[in-house]
Amino acid sequence: MKSVIAALSALVIASSVHAGEVMKMAVTTSFNNSGLADILLPEIQKDLDLEVQLLVVGTGQALKLGRAGDVDAILVHSRKAEDKFIAEGYGPYRREIMYNDFVFIGPKADGAKIADEVTAAGALRKIAEAEAMFVSRGDDSGTHKKELSLWASADLDSDGFGPWYKAVGAGMGASLNTAAGMGAYIMSDRASWLNFGNKGDMALLYAGDPVLFNQYAYLPVSVEKHPHVKAKLAKQLEAWLVSDRAKELIDTYKINGETLFVFNAKQD
Amino acid sequence: MTDLWDGLSRAFWLVATLDAELSEIALRSLQVSLGALLVGSAIALPLAALLAVRRFRARRAVIAVLNALMGLPPVVVGLVVYVLLSRSGPFGVLGLLFTPTAMVIAQVIIIVPLIASIAHQSLRDLWAEYHDLLISMNVTQTQKIATLLWDARRALLTASLAGFGRAIGEVGAIMIVGGNIDHATRVLTTAIALETGKGDFALALALGFILIALAIFVNLTIHWLGRTEREGRW
Repeated sequence: MKSVIAALSALVIASSVHAGEVMKMAVTTSFNNSGLADILLPEIQKDLDLEVQLLVVGTGQALKLGRAGDVDAILVHSRKAEDKFIAEGYGPYRREIMYNDFVFIGPKADGAKIADEVTAAGALRKIAEAEAMFVSRGDDSGTHKKELSLWASADLDSDGFGPWYKAVGAGMGASLNTAAGMGAYIMSDRASWLNFGNKGDMALLYAGDPVLFNQYAYLPVSVEKHPHVKAKLAKQLEAWLVSDRAKELIDTYKINGETLFVFNAKQD
Repeated sequence: MTDLWDGLSRAFWLVATLDAELSEIALRSLQVSLGALLVGSAIALPLAALLAVRRFRARRAVIAVLNALMGLPPVVVGLVVYVLLSRSGPFGVLGLLFTPTAMVIAQVIIIVPLIASIAHQSLRDLWAEYHDLLISMNVTQTQKIATLLWDARRALLTASLAGFGRAIGEVGAIMIVGGNIDHATRVLTTAIALETGKGDFALALALGFILIALAIFVNLTIHWLGRTEREGRW
């Protein structure tokens, strides 16, 4: 019995030791699902000797983590929510880094015939008219907010939709799984879709409307609100993210031969 | 169905090639859950013994509450621990959120009622047997508890292992307080949730099979170290 306890203790106490500096950044699921993080983080580690620990959450939760001071910086894509975050004094400023785009995914048969539509609003109107099943993130994430604003721009009220509109309250991957299982339409960021492994009978049906562009911005957490945040490291990371090195890595990142992100940070 | 077979073969190759990332998260799973097991047992077992030997007014209520808390929803525990450990919470200065320590704390809260309830059950029976003897020997309270704990050690091992089982398979709480950070707080269960989200069911299943295998391995090892189920003893 004593040997059991001794053996357990030994295993628990043996822990790893970290070298270099560490900071925490909250990012959106769509950014992480794109796989770009796996390219950027090792380079950041190499160039700055800085380990960036990613908390992968929805934009809503990312901003919440920033407000509470539980992370040192956030990288999200929801302009309105970001502006509010800054107005409330939780972050000194936002800095645009890059953009990608949203796409509409649906069953290959395309029952609602959205593939030939000209605008995103038109495509959504088709879906609503056909009452084709549509899966919504429903989790207050950046993608969800974008989707709601698109319904609004199509003069439709998503609160009044019938049972064909399914708000699943889950991350991008889980929502795509649900849509694939039900043969429903869904709006996804392009990166998550390309990296998604369970495509089944789904296809990319609509993309290209400029309103679908998705701007990512970097927001350091205010050191005045939260004196413990690692502002110096956050600054270093920002400088790296807008550098030519990052530009090259971001612009050349491809999945299946498709470019995902366009670097558009204003460099000093 | 093909996903299941893919999962099995992926699991086999991950283990056979000693995949570095897999070893890391599997080891972290073990560390966190065994840590929770140790701390949880250190709290729950003496508590169970105390409940068995001491008679006090609220005893029944405490036992009933402990039994009820066996079904404590991990997500709620995770949220409460999160709020407490957050920088804007009462224990924020400790900077424990999103560390393995926070995960251990959450799991301890989840498994203490479970271990204490099961342990109390067997200690109560043993106490019924030992009561007259120990009273007639006029031993102190501490000695009674120590005697009970030692003589019921095999049953207590089962109680602790039940707690371990709940801890290592748990995802709701550690996802919230750990944050599933790569190379820092990612464990098997949160990795499974992540891979499912990416639609990579085969890898998710592979990790699941490895998790089950790990749980079996730990149980066997502890039984072997504790020399239970051997001939001539039990």
